[in-house]
Amino acid sequence: MNAQLRRRIASASLIVGFFVLWELLCAIFHVRDIVLPRPSQILYTLWADLPGIWPHALQTTYTTMVGFILGIIGGVLLGILIGSSRLAYDVAYPLLIGFASIPKVAVVPVLVLWFGAGTVPAIITAAITCVFPIVVNVATGLATTEPELEDVMRTLRASKLDILVNVGLPRAMPYFFASLKVAVTLAFVGTVISETVASNRGIGNLMMIASSSFDVPLVFAGLLILALMGVALYAIFSLIEARVTGWTRRQDDFAVGA
Amino acid sequence: MTAIARAEAFVELQQTTLNYGQGARSVAALAETNLMIAKGDFIALVGPSGCGKSTILKLVTGLIKASSGWVFVAGREVGAEPVRVGMAFQNPTMLPWLRIRDNVMLPLKIVPPFRGEFRFKRHSEFRDRVDALLKQVGLNGFADNYPWQLSGGMLQRASLCRALIHEPELLMLDEPFGALDQFTREELWAIMQDLWLTRRPTVLLVTHDLKEAGYLANRICVMRARPGHIVEDCAVSFARPRTVEMTYSPDFVALTQRLRELIVAARTPREQAA
Repeated sequence: MNAQLRRRIASASLIVGFFVLWELLCAIFHVRDIVLPRPSQILYTLWADLPGIWPHALQTTYTTMVGFILGIIGGVLLGILIGSSRLAYDVAYPLLIGFASIPKVAVVPVLVLWFGAGTVPAIITAAITCVFPIVVNVATGLATTEPELEDVMRTLRASKLDILVNVGLPRAMPYFFASLKVAVTLAFVGTVISETVASNRGIGNLMMIASSSFDVPLVFAGLLILALMGVALYAIFSLIEARVTGWTRRQDDFAVGA
Repeated sequence: MTAIARAEAFVELQQTTLNYGQGARSVAALAETNLMIAKGDFIALVGPSGCGKSTILKLVTGLIKASSGWVFVAGREVGAEPVRVGMAFQNPTMLPWLRIRDNVMLPLKIVPPFRGEFRFKRHSEFRDRVDALLKQVGLNGFADNYPWQLSGGMLQRASLCRALIHEPELLMLDEPFGALDQFTREELWAIMQDLWLTRRPTVLLVTHDLKEAGYLANRICVMRARPGHIVEDCAVSFARPRTVEMTYSPDFVALTQRLRELIVAARTPREQAA
Protein backbone atom coordinates (compact mmCIF):
# COMPACT_ATOMS: atom_id res chain seq x y z
CA MET A 1 0.00 0.00 0.00
CA ASN A 2 2.81 2.33 0.98
CA ALA A 3 4.72 1.56 -2.20
CA GLN A 4 1.61 2.22 -4.25
CA LEU A 5 1.10 5.60 -2.59
CA ARG A 6 4.71 6.50 -3.27
CA ARG A 7 4.28 5.54 -6.92
CA ARG A 8 1.23 7.76 -7.22
CA ILE A 9 2.95 10.72 -5.61
CA ALA A 10 5.95 10.27 -7.90
CA SER A 11 3.69 10.07 -10.94
CA ALA A 12 1.73 13.18 -9.97
CA SER A 13 4.85 15.20 -9.19
CA LEU A 14 6.35 14.22 -12.55
CA ILE A 15 3.30 15.64 -14.33
CA VAL A 16 3.24 18.82 -12.23
CA GLY A 17 7.02 19.17 -12.55
CA PHE A 18 6.79 18.89 -16.33
CA PHE A 19 4.38 21.80 -16.58
CA VAL A 20 6.23 23.90 -13.99
CA LEU A 21 9.47 23.43 -15.90
CA TRP A 22 7.72 24.37 -19.14
CA GLU A 23 6.31 27.52 -17.53
CA LEU A 24 9.69 28.48 -16.08
CA LEU A 25 11.61 27.91 -19.31
CA CYS A 26 9.09 30.01 -21.25
CA ALA A 27 9.37 32.82 -18.66
CA ILE A 28 13.18 32.74 -18.42
CA PHE A 29 13.83 32.70 -22.17
CA HIS A 30 10.93 35.02 -23.05
CA VAL A 31 9.47 32.54 -25.52
CA ARG A 32 6.74 34.21 -27.54
CA ASP A 33 3.16 32.92 -27.41
CA ILE A 34 3.08 32.27 -31.11
CA VAL A 35 5.96 29.81 -30.79
CA LEU A 36 5.18 28.06 -27.53
CA PRO A 37 2.51 29.36 -25.15
CA ARG A 38 2.96 28.95 -21.40
CA PRO A 39 0.83 26.29 -19.64
CA SER A 40 -0.89 28.96 -17.56
CA GLN A 41 -1.87 30.69 -20.77
CA ILE A 42 -3.17 27.47 -22.28
CA LEU A 43 -5.29 26.82 -19.20
CA TYR A 44 -6.61 30.37 -19.31
CA THR A 45 -7.54 30.01 -23.00
CA LEU A 46 -9.17 26.67 -22.25
CA TRP A 47 -11.23 28.24 -19.50
CA ALA A 48 -12.14 31.38 -21.43
CA ASP A 49 -13.04 29.60 -24.66
CA LEU A 50 -14.69 26.61 -23.02
CA PRO A 51 -18.18 27.36 -24.39
CA GLY A 52 -16.65 27.42 -27.90
CA ILE A 53 -14.43 24.36 -27.37
CA TRP A 54 -16.99 22.18 -25.61
CA PRO A 55 -19.15 21.21 -28.65
CA HIS A 56 -15.99 20.28 -30.57
CA ALA A 57 -14.74 18.13 -27.70
CA LEU A 58 -18.11 16.39 -27.50
CA GLN A 59 -18.10 15.78 -31.26
CA THR A 60 -14.62 14.28 -31.13
CA THR A 61 -15.47 12.07 -28.15
CA TYR A 62 -18.66 10.87 -29.82
CA THR A 63 -16.93 10.13 -33.13
CA THR A 64 -14.06 8.39 -31.40
CA MET A 65 -16.30 6.21 -29.26
CA VAL A 66 -18.49 5.12 -32.18
CA GLY A 67 -15.39 4.36 -34.27
CA PHE A 68 -13.79 2.57 -31.33
CA ILE A 69 -16.84 0.38 -30.75
CA LEU A 70 -16.97 -0.51 -34.45
CA GLY A 71 -13.24 -1.23 -34.26
CA ILE A 72 -13.74 -3.54 -31.27
CA ILE A 73 -16.56 -5.46 -32.97
CA GLY A 74 -14.67 -5.82 -36.24
CA GLY A 75 -11.39 -6.53 -34.46
CA VAL A 76 -12.79 -9.26 -32.23
CA LEU A 77 -14.63 -10.99 -35.08
CA LEU A 78 -11.61 -10.87 -37.38
CA GLY A 79 -9.33 -11.90 -34.52
CA ILE A 80 -11.49 -14.95 -33.76
CA LEU A 81 -11.58 -15.87 -37.44
CA ILE A 82 -7.83 -15.60 -37.84
CA GLY A 83 -6.87 -16.95 -34.44
CA SER A 84 -9.01 -20.06 -34.41
CA SER A 85 -7.25 -21.82 -37.27
CA ARG A 86 -3.60 -22.15 -38.10
CA LEU A 87 -4.44 -21.95 -41.82
CA ALA A 88 -6.36 -18.68 -41.52
CA TYR A 89 -3.57 -17.29 -39.35
CA ASP A 90 -0.92 -18.01 -41.97
CA VAL A 91 -3.05 -17.05 -44.97
CA ALA A 92 -4.54 -13.81 -43.70
CA TYR A 93 -1.55 -12.32 -41.91
CA PRO A 94 0.28 -10.85 -44.94
CA LEU A 95 -2.87 -9.11 -46.12
CA LEU A 96 -3.54 -7.81 -42.62
CA ILE A 97 -0.02 -6.40 -42.27
CA GLY A 98 -0.43 -4.79 -45.69
CA PHE A 99 -3.60 -3.00 -44.61
CA ALA A 100 -2.09 -2.05 -41.27
CA SER A 101 0.88 -0.39 -42.98
CA ILE A 102 -1.24 2.00 -45.06
CA PRO A 103 -1.03 5.52 -43.57
CA LYS A 104 -4.56 6.36 -42.47
CA VAL A 105 -4.21 9.99 -43.64
CA ALA A 106 -4.07 8.66 -47.16
CA VAL A 107 -7.39 6.87 -46.70
CA VAL A 108 -9.38 9.92 -45.55
CA PRO A 109 -9.71 11.56 -49.03
CA VAL A 110 -11.05 8.28 -50.39
CA LEU A 111 -13.57 8.08 -47.55
CA VAL A 112 -14.61 11.69 -48.16
CA LEU A 113 -15.09 10.80 -51.82
CA TRP A 114 -17.40 7.95 -50.79
CA PHE A 115 -19.28 9.40 -47.85
CA GLY A 116 -18.79 13.18 -48.05
CA ALA A 117 -16.99 15.28 -45.44
CA GLY A 118 -18.06 15.23 -41.78
CA THR A 119 -18.72 12.62 -39.15
CA VAL A 120 -18.84 9.42 -41.21
CA PRO A 121 -15.26 9.47 -42.55
CA ALA A 122 -14.05 10.40 -39.06
CA ILE A 123 -15.81 7.41 -37.52
CA ILE A 124 -14.47 5.06 -40.18
CA THR A 125 -10.94 6.44 -39.88
CA ALA A 126 -11.09 5.95 -36.10
CA ALA A 127 -12.35 2.39 -36.59
CA ILE A 128 -9.71 1.31 -39.12
CA THR A 129 -6.94 2.97 -37.13
CA CYS A 130 -7.75 1.12 -33.94
CA VAL A 131 -8.81 -2.23 -35.40
CA PHE A 132 -5.40 -3.76 -36.12
CA PRO A 133 -3.95 -4.04 -32.62
CA ILE A 134 -7.22 -5.66 -31.55
CA VAL A 135 -7.20 -8.19 -34.40
CA VAL A 136 -3.56 -9.10 -33.85
CA ASN A 137 -3.90 -9.46 -30.09
CA VAL A 138 -7.12 -11.47 -30.10
CA ALA A 139 -5.71 -13.74 -32.81
CA THR A 140 -2.47 -14.21 -30.87
CA GLY A 141 -4.33 -14.94 -27.65
CA LEU A 142 -6.41 -17.62 -29.36
CA ALA A 143 -3.57 -19.09 -31.39
CA THR A 144 -1.34 -19.50 -28.33
CA THR A 145 -3.92 -21.33 -26.22
CA GLU A 146 -2.21 -24.34 -24.65
CA PRO A 147 -3.23 -27.54 -26.48
CA GLU A 148 -3.59 -29.28 -23.09
CA LEU A 149 -6.42 -26.93 -22.13
CA GLU A 150 -8.17 -27.73 -25.40
CA ASP A 151 -7.62 -31.46 -24.82
CA VAL A 152 -9.50 -31.16 -21.53
CA MET A 153 -12.47 -29.89 -23.50
CA ARG A 154 -12.08 -32.33 -26.37
CA THR A 155 -12.20 -35.36 -24.08
CA LEU A 156 -15.56 -34.01 -22.94
CA ARG A 157 -16.70 -34.00 -26.58
CA ALA A 158 -17.04 -30.22 -26.49
CA SER A 159 -17.92 -28.51 -29.75
CA LYS A 160 -15.62 -25.96 -31.37
CA LEU A 161 -17.94 -23.23 -30.09
CA ASP A 162 -17.78 -24.64 -26.53
CA ILE A 163 -13.99 -24.61 -26.67
CA LEU A 164 -13.95 -21.05 -28.00
CA VAL A 165 -16.35 -19.74 -25.37
CA ASN A 166 -14.95 -21.63 -22.38
CA VAL A 167 -11.23 -21.72 -23.12
CA GLY A 168 -10.23 -19.63 -26.14
CA LEU A 169 -11.93 -16.35 -25.32
CA PRO A 170 -11.18 -16.24 -21.57
CA ARG A 171 -7.59 -17.13 -22.42
CA ALA A 172 -7.46 -14.27 -24.96
CA MET A 173 -8.98 -11.69 -22.58
CA PRO A 174 -5.68 -10.31 -21.21
CA TYR A 175 -4.43 -9.87 -24.78
CA PHE A 176 -7.69 -8.22 -25.78
CA PHE A 177 -7.58 -5.69 -22.96
CA ALA A 178 -3.94 -4.92 -23.52
CA SER A 179 -4.86 -4.08 -27.11
CA LEU A 180 -7.84 -1.93 -26.05
CA LYS A 181 -5.59 0.44 -24.14
CA VAL A 182 -3.50 0.97 -27.26
CA ALA A 183 -6.52 1.00 -29.56
CA VAL A 184 -8.45 3.70 -27.70
CA THR A 185 -5.60 6.19 -28.07
CA LEU A 186 -5.22 5.21 -31.73
CA ALA A 187 -8.94 5.82 -32.27
CA PHE A 188 -8.40 9.42 -31.12
CA VAL A 189 -5.55 9.79 -33.57
CA GLY A 190 -7.78 8.50 -36.38
CA THR A 191 -10.64 10.85 -35.54
CA VAL A 192 -8.45 13.93 -35.28
CA ILE A 193 -6.67 13.14 -38.54
CA SER A 194 -9.97 12.90 -40.36
CA GLU A 195 -11.36 16.03 -38.68
CA THR A 196 -8.24 17.95 -39.63
CA VAL A 197 -8.52 16.96 -43.28
CA ALA A 198 -12.26 17.02 -43.87
CA SER A 199 -14.72 18.23 -41.30
CA ASN A 200 -16.18 21.40 -39.92
CA ARG A 201 -16.55 20.09 -36.39
CA GLY A 202 -14.34 18.43 -33.81
CA ILE A 203 -11.11 19.20 -32.00
CA GLY A 204 -9.10 18.45 -35.14
CA ASN A 205 -11.03 21.07 -37.07
CA LEU A 206 -10.77 23.52 -34.17
CA MET A 207 -6.98 23.20 -34.11
CA MET A 208 -6.84 23.53 -37.87
CA ILE A 209 -8.74 26.84 -37.79
CA ALA A 210 -6.86 28.09 -34.72
CA SER A 211 -3.46 27.48 -36.30
CA SER A 212 -4.46 29.16 -39.56
CA SER A 213 -5.38 32.27 -37.56
CA PHE A 214 -2.15 31.95 -35.48
CA ASP A 215 -4.11 31.41 -32.26
CA VAL A 216 -1.42 29.09 -30.91
CA PRO A 217 -2.70 28.97 -27.30
CA LEU A 218 -6.01 27.61 -28.64
CA VAL A 219 -4.13 24.95 -30.64
CA PHE A 220 -2.41 23.85 -27.47
CA ALA A 221 -5.69 23.96 -25.58
CA GLY A 222 -7.01 21.48 -28.16
CA LEU A 223 -3.97 19.26 -27.70
CA LEU A 224 -4.42 19.37 -23.93
CA ILE A 225 -8.08 18.33 -24.27
CA LEU A 226 -7.09 15.40 -26.51
CA ALA A 227 -4.43 14.29 -24.05
CA LEU A 228 -6.87 14.48 -21.13
CA MET A 229 -9.54 12.49 -23.00
CA GLY A 230 -6.95 9.89 -24.00
CA VAL A 231 -5.77 9.49 -20.40
CA ALA A 232 -9.36 9.26 -19.12
CA LEU A 233 -10.29 6.49 -21.56
CA TYR A 234 -7.03 4.65 -20.90
CA ALA A 235 -7.80 4.77 -17.19
CA ILE A 236 -11.33 3.47 -17.72
CA PHE A 237 -10.11 0.49 -19.72
CA SER A 238 -7.31 -0.23 -17.26
CA LEU A 239 -9.94 -0.43 -14.55
CA ILE A 240 -12.15 -2.80 -16.55
CA GLU A 241 -9.07 -4.86 -17.41
CA ALA A 242 -8.07 -5.23 -13.78
CA ARG A 243 -11.55 -6.47 -12.92
CA VAL A 244 -11.87 -8.94 -15.78
CA THR A 245 -8.34 -10.34 -15.99
CA GLY A 246 -7.32 -10.28 -12.34
CA TRP A 247 -6.31 -13.95 -12.61
CA THR A 248 -3.26 -13.11 -14.69
CA ARG A 249 -1.83 -10.95 -11.91
CA ARG A 250 -2.65 -13.40 -9.14
CA GLN A 251 -4.04 -10.53 -7.14
CA ASP A 252 -4.83 -11.89 -3.73
CA ASP A 253 -2.74 -11.79 -0.65
CA PHE A 254 -3.17 -15.29 0.56
CA ALA A 255 -1.51 -18.37 -0.82
CA VAL A 256 -1.61 -21.95 0.37
CA GLY A 257 1.62 -23.61 1.45
CA ALA A 258 3.00 -26.50 -0.52
CA MET B 1 -18.00 -54.01 -40.54
CA THR B 2 -17.43 -50.73 -38.75
CA ALA B 3 -20.37 -50.86 -36.42
CA ILE B 4 -20.58 -54.39 -35.07
CA ALA B 5 -22.02 -54.56 -31.61
CA ARG B 6 -19.48 -55.87 -29.10
CA ALA B 7 -21.47 -56.74 -26.07
CA GLU B 8 -18.70 -58.50 -24.20
CA ALA B 9 -16.11 -55.69 -24.09
CA PHE B 10 -16.64 -52.08 -23.03
CA VAL B 11 -13.49 -50.90 -24.78
CA GLU B 12 -11.97 -52.81 -27.64
CA LEU B 13 -9.00 -52.14 -29.87
CA GLN B 14 -9.14 -54.29 -32.98
CA GLN B 15 -6.02 -54.50 -35.17
CA THR B 16 -5.44 -50.88 -34.31
CA THR B 17 -2.31 -49.14 -35.58
CA LEU B 18 -1.16 -45.57 -35.39
CA ASN B 19 1.48 -43.73 -37.42
CA TYR B 20 2.56 -40.17 -36.76
CA GLY B 21 3.46 -38.16 -39.87
CA GLN B 22 2.93 -39.15 -43.46
CA GLY B 23 4.77 -40.90 -46.29
CA ALA B 24 8.43 -41.80 -45.87
CA ARG B 25 8.77 -39.82 -42.67
CA SER B 26 5.94 -41.55 -40.88
CA VAL B 27 6.79 -43.14 -37.54
CA ALA B 28 4.86 -46.09 -36.26
CA ALA B 29 3.78 -45.29 -32.72
CA LEU B 30 1.55 -48.30 -32.30
CA ALA B 31 1.84 -51.61 -34.11
CA GLU B 32 -1.23 -53.70 -34.69
CA THR B 33 -2.79 -53.98 -31.26
CA ASN B 34 -5.73 -55.94 -29.91
CA LEU B 35 -7.03 -55.14 -26.48
CA MET B 36 -10.32 -55.81 -24.73
CA ILE B 37 -11.41 -54.15 -21.52
CA ALA B 38 -14.47 -55.31 -19.62
CA LYS B 39 -16.94 -52.85 -18.15
CA GLY B 40 -15.93 -51.69 -14.68
CA ASP B 41 -12.40 -53.06 -14.98
CA PHE B 42 -9.24 -51.25 -13.91
CA ILE B 43 -6.38 -51.60 -16.41
CA ALA B 44 -2.88 -50.21 -16.09
CA LEU B 45 -0.57 -49.68 -19.07
CA VAL B 46 3.12 -49.72 -18.13
CA GLY B 47 6.26 -49.58 -20.23
CA PRO B 48 9.23 -47.43 -21.20
CA SER B 49 8.76 -43.90 -22.53
CA GLY B 50 7.56 -43.71 -26.11
CA CYS B 51 6.03 -47.19 -26.10
CA GLY B 52 2.59 -45.94 -27.08
CA LYS B 53 0.85 -45.96 -23.69
CA SER B 54 -0.49 -42.46 -24.06
CA THR B 55 -1.27 -43.18 -27.70
CA ILE B 56 -3.70 -45.91 -26.64
CA LEU B 57 -5.30 -43.48 -24.21
CA LYS B 58 -5.70 -40.83 -26.86
CA LEU B 59 -7.15 -43.38 -29.28
CA VAL B 60 -9.75 -44.53 -26.80
CA THR B 61 -10.74 -40.95 -25.92
CA GLY B 62 -10.96 -40.09 -29.61
CA LEU B 63 -8.34 -37.32 -29.35
CA ILE B 64 -6.55 -38.99 -32.28
CA LYS B 65 -7.81 -41.30 -35.00
CA ALA B 66 -6.36 -44.74 -35.66
CA SER B 67 -4.33 -45.06 -38.87
CA SER B 68 -5.93 -48.44 -39.43
CA GLY B 69 -8.08 -50.87 -37.49
CA TRP B 70 -10.90 -49.96 -35.14
CA VAL B 71 -11.47 -48.60 -31.70
CA PHE B 72 -14.80 -49.50 -30.13
CA VAL B 73 -16.25 -48.05 -26.97
CA ALA B 74 -19.50 -49.47 -25.63
CA GLY B 75 -19.93 -51.49 -28.81
CA ARG B 76 -19.72 -48.58 -31.21
CA GLU B 77 -16.90 -46.87 -32.97
CA VAL B 78 -15.20 -44.23 -30.83
CA GLY B 79 -16.67 -40.77 -31.33
CA ALA B 80 -20.08 -42.13 -32.27
CA GLU B 81 -20.82 -43.51 -28.82
CA PRO B 82 -22.70 -41.45 -26.23
CA VAL B 83 -20.31 -42.54 -23.47
CA ARG B 84 -19.23 -40.10 -20.80
CA VAL B 85 -15.46 -39.89 -20.59
CA GLY B 86 -13.37 -38.34 -17.84
CA MET B 87 -9.67 -37.71 -18.18
CA ALA B 88 -6.91 -36.60 -15.82
CA PHE B 89 -3.59 -35.58 -17.30
CA GLN B 90 -0.05 -35.57 -15.99
CA ASN B 91 -0.41 -31.81 -15.48
CA PRO B 92 -3.48 -30.62 -13.60
CA THR B 93 -4.47 -28.40 -16.60
CA MET B 94 -6.80 -26.26 -14.50
CA LEU B 95 -8.19 -23.19 -16.27
CA PRO B 96 -6.37 -20.37 -14.44
CA TRP B 97 -9.21 -17.87 -14.67
CA LEU B 98 -11.72 -20.10 -12.86
CA ARG B 99 -11.98 -20.89 -9.17
CA ILE B 100 -11.40 -24.52 -8.21
CA ARG B 101 -15.15 -25.11 -7.86
CA ASP B 102 -15.85 -23.79 -11.37
CA ASN B 103 -12.94 -25.76 -12.76
CA VAL B 104 -14.29 -28.99 -11.30
CA MET B 105 -17.77 -28.06 -12.51
CA LEU B 106 -16.61 -27.58 -16.10
CA PRO B 107 -17.67 -31.05 -17.37
CA LEU B 108 -21.20 -30.43 -16.04
CA LYS B 109 -21.33 -27.35 -18.22
CA ILE B 110 -20.32 -29.28 -21.34
CA VAL B 111 -21.53 -32.87 -21.09
CA PRO B 112 -25.17 -33.86 -21.59
CA PRO B 113 -27.49 -34.47 -19.78
CA PHE B 114 -26.03 -32.06 -17.17
CA ARG B 115 -25.47 -29.42 -19.80
CA GLY B 116 -29.16 -28.64 -20.17
CA GLU B 117 -29.64 -28.23 -16.41
CA PHE B 118 -26.43 -26.33 -15.78
CA ARG B 119 -27.96 -22.87 -15.68
CA PHE B 120 -30.56 -23.85 -13.09
CA LYS B 121 -28.45 -26.10 -10.88
CA ARG B 122 -25.01 -24.53 -10.88
CA HIS B 123 -25.68 -22.68 -7.62
CA SER B 124 -27.56 -25.48 -5.91
CA GLU B 125 -27.33 -29.18 -6.70
CA PHE B 126 -24.19 -29.08 -8.83
CA ARG B 127 -22.42 -26.86 -6.35
CA ASP B 128 -23.14 -29.25 -3.51
CA ARG B 129 -21.99 -32.13 -5.64
CA VAL B 130 -18.67 -30.47 -6.40
CA ASP B 131 -18.15 -29.55 -2.76
CA ALA B 132 -18.90 -33.11 -1.64
CA LEU B 133 -16.41 -34.55 -4.11
CA LEU B 134 -13.75 -32.00 -3.13
CA LYS B 135 -14.28 -33.02 0.47
CA GLN B 136 -13.83 -36.66 -0.44
CA VAL B 137 -10.34 -35.95 -1.81
CA GLY B 138 -9.45 -33.69 1.12
CA LEU B 139 -9.92 -30.34 -0.52
CA ASN B 140 -12.79 -28.95 1.52
CA GLY B 141 -12.40 -25.23 2.03
CA PHE B 142 -10.46 -24.68 -1.18
CA ALA B 143 -13.37 -24.48 -3.62
CA ASP B 144 -13.23 -20.69 -3.79
CA ASN B 145 -9.49 -20.50 -4.40
CA TYR B 146 -7.84 -19.95 -7.72
CA PRO B 147 -5.56 -22.69 -9.09
CA TRP B 148 -2.36 -20.73 -8.50
CA GLN B 149 -3.13 -20.65 -4.80
CA LEU B 150 -2.91 -24.44 -4.50
CA SER B 151 0.09 -26.77 -4.40
CA GLY B 152 0.79 -29.36 -7.09
CA GLY B 153 -0.70 -32.21 -5.07
CA MET B 154 -3.86 -30.25 -4.35
CA LEU B 155 -4.26 -29.33 -8.02
CA GLN B 156 -3.92 -32.98 -8.97
CA ARG B 157 -6.70 -33.86 -6.54
CA ALA B 158 -8.86 -31.15 -8.09
CA SER B 159 -8.01 -32.53 -11.50
CA LEU B 160 -9.20 -36.00 -10.38
CA CYS B 161 -12.44 -34.41 -9.19
CA ARG B 162 -12.92 -32.78 -12.56
CA ALA B 163 -12.41 -36.13 -14.26
CA LEU B 164 -15.04 -37.72 -12.02
CA ILE B 165 -17.71 -35.06 -11.45
CA HIS B 166 -19.85 -36.04 -14.42
CA GLU B 167 -19.85 -39.70 -13.37
CA PRO B 168 -17.93 -40.94 -16.39
CA GLU B 169 -18.33 -44.54 -17.46
CA LEU B 170 -14.79 -44.41 -18.79
CA LEU B 171 -11.98 -42.84 -16.81
CA MET B 172 -8.63 -42.12 -18.43
CA LEU B 173 -5.65 -41.41 -16.21
CA ASP B 174 -2.49 -40.30 -17.99
CA GLU B 175 0.21 -40.50 -15.29
CA PRO B 176 -1.82 -38.26 -13.01
CA PHE B 177 0.36 -38.96 -9.96
CA GLY B 178 3.69 -38.83 -11.77
CA ALA B 179 4.78 -35.37 -10.64
CA LEU B 180 3.92 -35.85 -6.95
CA ASP B 181 6.01 -36.81 -3.93
CA GLN B 182 5.83 -40.37 -2.62
CA PHE B 183 3.49 -39.68 0.31
CA THR B 184 0.98 -37.59 -1.61
CA ARG B 185 1.04 -40.23 -4.31
CA GLU B 186 0.23 -43.06 -1.88
CA GLU B 187 -2.55 -40.98 -0.36
CA LEU B 188 -4.04 -40.37 -3.79
CA TRP B 189 -3.80 -44.08 -4.64
CA ALA B 190 -6.05 -44.80 -1.67
CA ILE B 191 -8.46 -42.05 -2.70
CA MET B 192 -8.48 -43.33 -6.28
CA GLN B 193 -9.18 -46.86 -5.10
CA ASP B 194 -12.08 -45.65 -2.94
CA LEU B 195 -13.55 -43.71 -5.81
CA TRP B 196 -13.25 -46.69 -8.10
CA LEU B 197 -14.79 -49.07 -5.55
CA THR B 198 -17.77 -46.77 -4.97
CA ARG B 199 -18.44 -45.68 -8.55
CA ARG B 200 -17.00 -48.49 -10.65
CA PRO B 201 -16.06 -46.66 -13.81
CA THR B 202 -13.94 -48.48 -16.37
CA VAL B 203 -10.44 -47.13 -15.77
CA LEU B 204 -7.42 -47.01 -18.06
CA LEU B 205 -4.33 -45.86 -16.18
CA VAL B 206 -1.01 -45.02 -17.82
CA THR B 207 1.91 -45.04 -15.42
CA HIS B 208 5.66 -45.51 -15.04
CA ASP B 209 5.25 -46.63 -11.47
CA LEU B 210 4.97 -50.42 -11.15
CA LYS B 211 3.94 -50.22 -7.51
CA GLU B 212 1.14 -47.87 -8.51
CA ALA B 213 0.00 -50.24 -11.25
CA GLY B 214 0.02 -53.19 -8.83
CA TYR B 215 -1.79 -51.26 -6.13
CA LEU B 216 -4.57 -49.93 -8.32
CA ALA B 217 -5.13 -52.19 -11.32
CA ASN B 218 -6.94 -55.46 -11.92
CA ARG B 219 -4.91 -56.05 -15.04
CA ILE B 220 -1.52 -54.76 -16.12
CA CYS B 221 -0.48 -54.53 -19.75
CA VAL B 222 3.27 -54.24 -20.30
CA MET B 223 4.19 -52.43 -23.49
CA ARG B 224 7.29 -52.35 -25.64
CA ALA B 225 8.46 -49.49 -27.86
CA ARG B 226 9.28 -49.02 -31.54
CA PRO B 227 6.66 -49.63 -32.60
CA GLY B 228 4.54 -49.77 -29.47
CA HIS B 229 2.81 -53.04 -28.75
CA ILE B 230 1.62 -55.05 -25.76
CA VAL B 231 4.01 -57.84 -24.73
CA GLU B 232 2.38 -59.06 -21.55
CA ASP B 233 -1.06 -58.90 -20.10
CA CYS B 234 -1.24 -60.11 -16.51
CA ALA B 235 -4.00 -60.16 -13.94
CA VAL B 236 -3.49 -58.72 -10.45
CA SER B 237 -5.53 -60.62 -7.92
CA PHE B 238 -4.72 -59.05 -4.54
CA ALA B 239 -7.76 -58.50 -2.34
CA ARG B 240 -9.44 -55.09 -2.18
CA PRO B 241 -9.20 -52.64 -0.62
CA ARG B 242 -5.45 -52.76 -1.01
CA THR B 243 -3.07 -50.96 1.33
CA VAL B 244 0.41 -49.53 1.01
CA GLU B 245 1.64 -52.17 3.49
CA MET B 246 0.51 -54.79 1.00
CA THR B 247 2.97 -53.47 -1.54
CA TYR B 248 5.80 -54.81 0.63
CA SER B 249 4.41 -58.36 0.76
CA PRO B 250 6.47 -61.07 -1.04
CA ASP B 251 3.74 -61.71 -3.64
CA PHE B 252 3.52 -58.05 -4.52
CA VAL B 253 7.28 -57.62 -4.70
CA ALA B 254 7.48 -60.70 -6.92
CA LEU B 255 4.91 -59.17 -9.26
CA THR B 256 6.66 -55.82 -9.54
CA GLN B 257 9.98 -57.58 -10.04
CA ARG B 258 8.57 -59.64 -12.89
CA LEU B 259 7.10 -56.52 -14.50
CA ARG B 260 10.42 -54.74 -14.06
CA GLU B 261 12.28 -57.51 -15.87
CA LEU B 262 9.79 -57.38 -18.73
CA ILE B 263 10.29 -53.65 -19.07
CA VAL B 264 14.07 -53.84 -18.83
CA ALA B 265 13.94 -56.45 -21.60
CA ALA B 266 11.64 -54.14 -23.54
CA ARG B 267 14.19 -51.35 -23.33
CA THR B 268 16.80 -53.21 -25.36
CA PRO B 269 15.93 -52.18 -28.90
CA ARG B 270 15.13 -54.86 -31.42
CA GLU B 271 17.33 -55.08 -34.51
CA GLN B 272 14.71 -54.81 -37.22
CA ALA B 273 13.26 -51.64 -35.73
CA ALA B 274 16.18 -49.55 -37.00
